[in-house]
Amino acid sequence: MIIFLPLVAGLVLAALPRLSDRTARWTWVAVTAVDLALIVGLWLRYDTPPPGALAFEEQAAWIPGVNSSYHLGVDGLSLPLVAMTAVIFLACAVYALRNRHRPRVQAALFLFLQSVSLGLFVAADLILFFVFFDLSIVGMYFVIAGWGHGDPGRSAMKFFLYTFLGSLALLVGFIGLYVAAEPHTFDMPTLAAATPLADRPLAGGLVLAAILLGLAVKTPTVPFHTWLPPAHTDAPAVGSAVLAGVLLKMGTYGLVRIAMPMLPQAWRAWAWVIIVVGVVSVLYGALVALAQTDLKRMIAYTSVNHMGYVVLAVGVGGLVAGDTAQARTVAVTGAVTQMVSHGLITAALFLLTGVLRDRAASYDMRSYGGLATTAPSFAALFAVGAFAGLGLPAFTGFIAEFQIFTGSVAAAPATAVAILGILITAALFLRALQRVFTGDTRGHSVGFTDLHPAEAWSVGSLLLLSLLFGVLPRPLLDVIEPAAAAVVDLVGR
Amino acid sequence: MQTEMMRPLLLLPEMLLVVGALTALLGGSFVPRHQQWIIQILSAVVLVAVIVTAAIGMAGPTRTAFDDSFTVDTATGVARILAAVGTLLVLVLATDEIAGTARESETCALLLFGTAGTVLLAGAHDLLVLAVGFLLATIPLYGLIGLVFTASGAEAVVKTYLLGALFGILLLLGVTILSGLTGSTGYTDLTSALADAPPAAVTGAAVALVAGLMFKAGGVPGHFWVPDAAQAAHATAATFLTTVPKIGALVAVYRLVGVLPDAVPWPVLVAAVAVASMTLGNLAAYWQSDPRRLLGWSTVSQVGFVLVPVVVAGRSDLALPSLLVYLVGYTVTNIAAFAVTAAVPERRDLADYRGMAYQRPWLAAALVVVLLGLVGTPPTGVFVGKLTTATAAWDGGYGWLAVVVFVNTLVSLFYYLRWIVPTYRPPEPGPPAAGQTHARGRWASCTAVTAAALSLAAGLAGGVVWTVVSGP
Repeated sequence: MIIFLPLVAGLVLAALPRLSDRTARWTWVAVTAVDLALIVGLWLRYDTPPPGALAFEEQAAWIPGVNSSYHLGVDGLSLPLVAMTAVIFLACAVYALRNRHRPRVQAALFLFLQSVSLGLFVAADLILFFVFFDLSIVGMYFVIAGWGHGDPGRSAMKFFLYTFLGSLALLVGFIGLYVAAEPHTFDMPTLAAATPLADRPLAGGLVLAAILLGLAVKTPTVPFHTWLPPAHTDAPAVGSAVLAGVLLKMGTYGLVRIAMPMLPQAWRAWAWVIIVVGVVSVLYGALVALAQTDLKRMIAYTSVNHMGYVVLAVGVGGLVAGDTAQARTVAVTGAVTQMVSHGLITAALFLLTGVLRDRAASYDMRSYGGLATTAPSFAALFAVGAFAGLGLPAFTGFIAEFQIFTGSVAAAPATAVAILGILITAALFLRALQRVFTGDTRGHSVGFTDLHPAEAWSVGSLLLLSLLFGVLPRPLLDVIEPAAAAVVDLVGR
Repeated sequence: MQTEMMRPLLLLPEMLLVVGALTALLGGSFVPRHQQWIIQILSAVVLVAVIVTAAIGMAGPTRTAFDDSFTVDTATGVARILAAVGTLLVLVLATDEIAGTARESETCALLLFGTAGTVLLAGAHDLLVLAVGFLLATIPLYGLIGLVFTASGAEAVVKTYLLGALFGILLLLGVTILSGLTGSTGYTDLTSALADAPPAAVTGAAVALVAGLMFKAGGVPGHFWVPDAAQAAHATAATFLTTVPKIGALVAVYRLVGVLPDAVPWPVLVAAVAVASMTLGNLAAYWQSDPRRLLGWSTVSQVGFVLVPVVVAGRSDLALPSLLVYLVGYTVTNIAAFAVTAAVPERRDLADYRGMAYQRPWLAAALVVVLLGLVGTPPTGVFVGKLTTATAAWDGGYGWLAVVVFVNTLVSLFYYLRWIVPTYRPPEPGPPAAGQTHARGRWASCTAVTAAALSLAAGLAGGVVWTVVSGP
């Protein structure tokens, strides 16, 4: 019901060509708001299910011949991401109230994307997961190609081909799991309980490699990240926000939902590889971001950096040795928190860069200066976003990164090199702030219109949530921690 | 006792098709030109009757007719229904092109004959029936392609005819060798007799038979005529010949390999044909700028995908159902794709599709659904087919084939996207050519949208389809 409400609304919008633009925009806002309210209601009724089980389960036969069913449910890993998805889509809907370019179709497309994203996070069947995974790529392709700027066709194509390669690799891995399981099934909880391929290290390694390739392209981690910067640079602001905030999480969510519980032996065997990929992503993402002059590109690369932390932490989750279970649980909790936190903060930052594009059609940091004088509230919100992004205490980013490093360093001291990544990110955010907002008012900053209410409200609420859960992380962590402990338990089998 | 063995009523759908075709042919001579639509209606009624009788036939147990030479089982039932539904869609699509022309009733008759040949192929349980089905399905195609009087049309029909003759002889050669070796042509006798036959001779015959059927299916090595025919023929003929005959040919291949003894390395043979078809079709499609020709090559690659479950026939329980599921998805999706080209016959270059999303949003949406469907994007019917065939391949010990399927799927995305991209570009500035967008292709547009919706439904209701094709 929660998943398909946006889809139905989207179809209705798509099928009514005569609807006025204004109605379409407000319908979009209303639908996302209702959906968010439903999810908040769900959260309030949520009780932590026992390990390995899901809450609010729904199951119906779909393709019984291959034991694939329409199976949904939430647990501590997915619920925060579901809520985050709804929040980001609501923010995008509010932000897009000022959009003049085919708003009806855009609303329909985003509602479709919302359904797909929510569906992915609650899917408890591999094929269902794959269906949503693939549809998210299709939806995003049309967002970039239809509403992008610069060279959108090319960027969208690159994005599509790259991530489609990933999704096919993922499907190969899924089929491998299916064939190895006895009896054959695509059901996630059953597979996690059965751990097929447990005693076949080679086959297990290959299947894990296929799944990791698929998820790594989507996350993205070094060296599969090259589709990300052009896609972000040319995507519209709301598209970037959804891409970075929601779609990237599908990769890391897949790691904790599928790869870790279903292939624990292979995961343990390859944990070091995953950790190295995570650390390299952290450092490489940060260094390349430092070298950018294009603000949006810079934020895109910080996404590589931030998702690197997540990969690092889940990799640490596989380092089973002695008494580190506590530390590993902390790391995995941090990883899930980081997914939520990065979604909120990066979506806000991308929406803000959309304002730059809207007013002056340029992301070049060198062509701005002293913007704080002409656009004080824009400057204030951007500063808050930047500080949240570099992991300042009192924001969710700090909680997440603190946990990730506490857990990782305790389990594997060598991972401390990744802390350098935080330093570099801090430097680059501060430098960006200084370049764009301080000094003499010059270049595009002259005559820059400050934020409109729609923009301020959408970005502000995202940052406010980040601040809220940064100061009072308990409600969030209470949901995540049991699920993270369960995952670590499953990997330790 | 004799009637017990013959059971002519089991072949009611086939009889309906042939009688319907004859009636259309003869009746067409006696109906005035402006009333030939009556023949078209009659053909549609015949096809609906075929669907109904075939559905009733499916409810019964597996039986054979005419001295064990024709099987009526789930696969035959599905092939009958599918071929009839496909031809029905083609018939609707044809309305724009043939209404009021000199060849209206002939087209209907040829379509019905071709369909009859396809279902004969699908049910053939005897090499002679196979040969008859092959000829009955092939000869109407020459006529259909030849209905267009252009230079490229003539080239296409000559090419098809020569290749058809060559592969027809190959098929007959295979039949001769097998019957010479065993003294029998029925599959039941062949299965037991071939075990003692010299493997080399049987392998040679198998190669000839599979090659002959590949001509019908439009796969490597009998594929050369497909792109030419798809490009040059009428949209009606192009749609029909790239869709309906494949159903019969592929089911026939499946039945045929079941006869071959283990000493014959037929899985490797079929796997090689499958890989060659999908790879060659994809690579060749990439360079095309004519959408019909692109689709022609894409059907070659699709045949490769459908052959994958045949490789593991007998090794995986999923083989036959996944083959049929793929055929269901493929039939409706491919018809929809050709129907889109039929709806806008003036756009003969990929670049001409620029701006179609703005001028004809429904048609553009249908095009996107079916092209992504042909790639294998969920939740369309072909996705379920691709998923289950790959699973069947892996399940039957051919994991590498599943990987090849997905690598080829990725390659195919390139050229389908080359078509989607211009469709969603804003139209060229300047006044649109008046009158060309809306007046023509109304029936074809309806077919395109309906078939695209069907392909979505086939995926969403994948469970239902699977249950039906898995049989009782």
